[in-house]
Amino acid sequence: MTGPHNAAYRRDALWIFAQIHRVSGVLLAIFLPVHFLALGLAIEGEARLQGFIAWTQNPFVKLAETALLFTLAVHLLGGLRVLVIENLPWRPQQKQMALGAAAIAAVVAVAFLLSV
Amino acid sequence: MTPEVAETVEVSLWRGREDGRYQTFTVPLRQSQTVLDIVTWVQRHADPTLSYRFACRVGVCGSCAMTVNGKPRWTCRTHVSKVVDDGKLEIGPLANLPVIKDLTADMAPFFEKWQKAEGRFVPSQTRADNLAVVSPESAERRTADAAIECINCGVCYAACDTVRWNDSYMGPAALNRAWTLVNDVRDAGNRSRLSAVASDGGCHNCHSHQSCEQLCPANLNPTASIAGLKRRTMQAYIKGELG
Repeated sequence: MTGPHNAAYRRDALWIFAQIHRVSGVLLAIFLPVHFLALGLAIEGEARLQGFIAWTQNPFVKLAETALLFTLAVHLLGGLRVLVIENLPWRPQQKQMALGAAAIAAVVAVAFLLSV
Repeated sequence: MTPEVAETVEVSLWRGREDGRYQTFTVPLRQSQTVLDIVTWVQRHADPTLSYRFACRVGVCGSCAMTVNGKPRWTCRTHVSKVVDDGKLEIGPLANLPVIKDLTADMAPFFEKWQKAEGRFVPSQTRADNLAVVSPESAERRTADAAIECINCGVCYAACDTVRWNDSYMGPAALNRAWTLVNDVRDAGNRSRLSAVASDGGCHNCHSHQSCEQLCPANLNPTASIAGLKRRTMQAYIKGELG
């Protein structure tokens, strides 16, 4: 025991959503080089780009793309939530807004998965 | 007549400084008993060396806040029946503050940050002027009134994740106080105050987790006050009024 307090954070719903917002931002930053690699292949020649696109038809890559889309959507909506908090009058329904953002991102991701 | 002791509660109290330990006592339960009653019983009947802080016992002075089963609470208005978990209570000093001894936290950093956020009234008139007329219905006064009933207990400061990971963060109470003054039409200190709360450790550090709002015993919403400061400092920055 070091000190009287548990070192854990509170982990309420809004804490969890703030962490999802942060982690999704880090994941998107990690994905960016892969995105630029695909763009670079398009410049290098059609054959290599087609090879890369064929690789993306792999079901595991499709799942990864679904996760990526969720990450992108949840980060975008999380950012809009922060802009609303910091620039518009206070709204008491913060948990509903956070839950709604996560739900919309999940629906977008599932819709993508069902369409490919 | 001695009240009948039907049940007891197992109470673990923090003893010592940061490197102390929890010590367990068995305390008789009473009707409408508060957590402060429990701590007082231990000091009077089991161990008179127990240190803790309280004054009014009725939720006005804000001095008796402690950590009760992991959450900061005003102990004088917290009934044991509402927080007891499986017949047990764990009571420690407030988190995010140095421990002086046992259940007594050092509030100095809390009040130093209050000063850093310029949470003090700056008069715009002298005693020779007439009394200021402030309509209770005005938008500014209503905004200030919504945040004014803070009792400085430190519960929000102990509940705040951002305080926990950022030593320089002023915390919910200090920023909430600054927000009441920003909306006080008699105050003349806003240019300097807005710069102070927009600086390192200020309102823009808040992640809006709202633990302060959930646990504030006065039912205030410091997160909303801090969001107000974020808006106001942004407007001041755009107008070139910061600094």
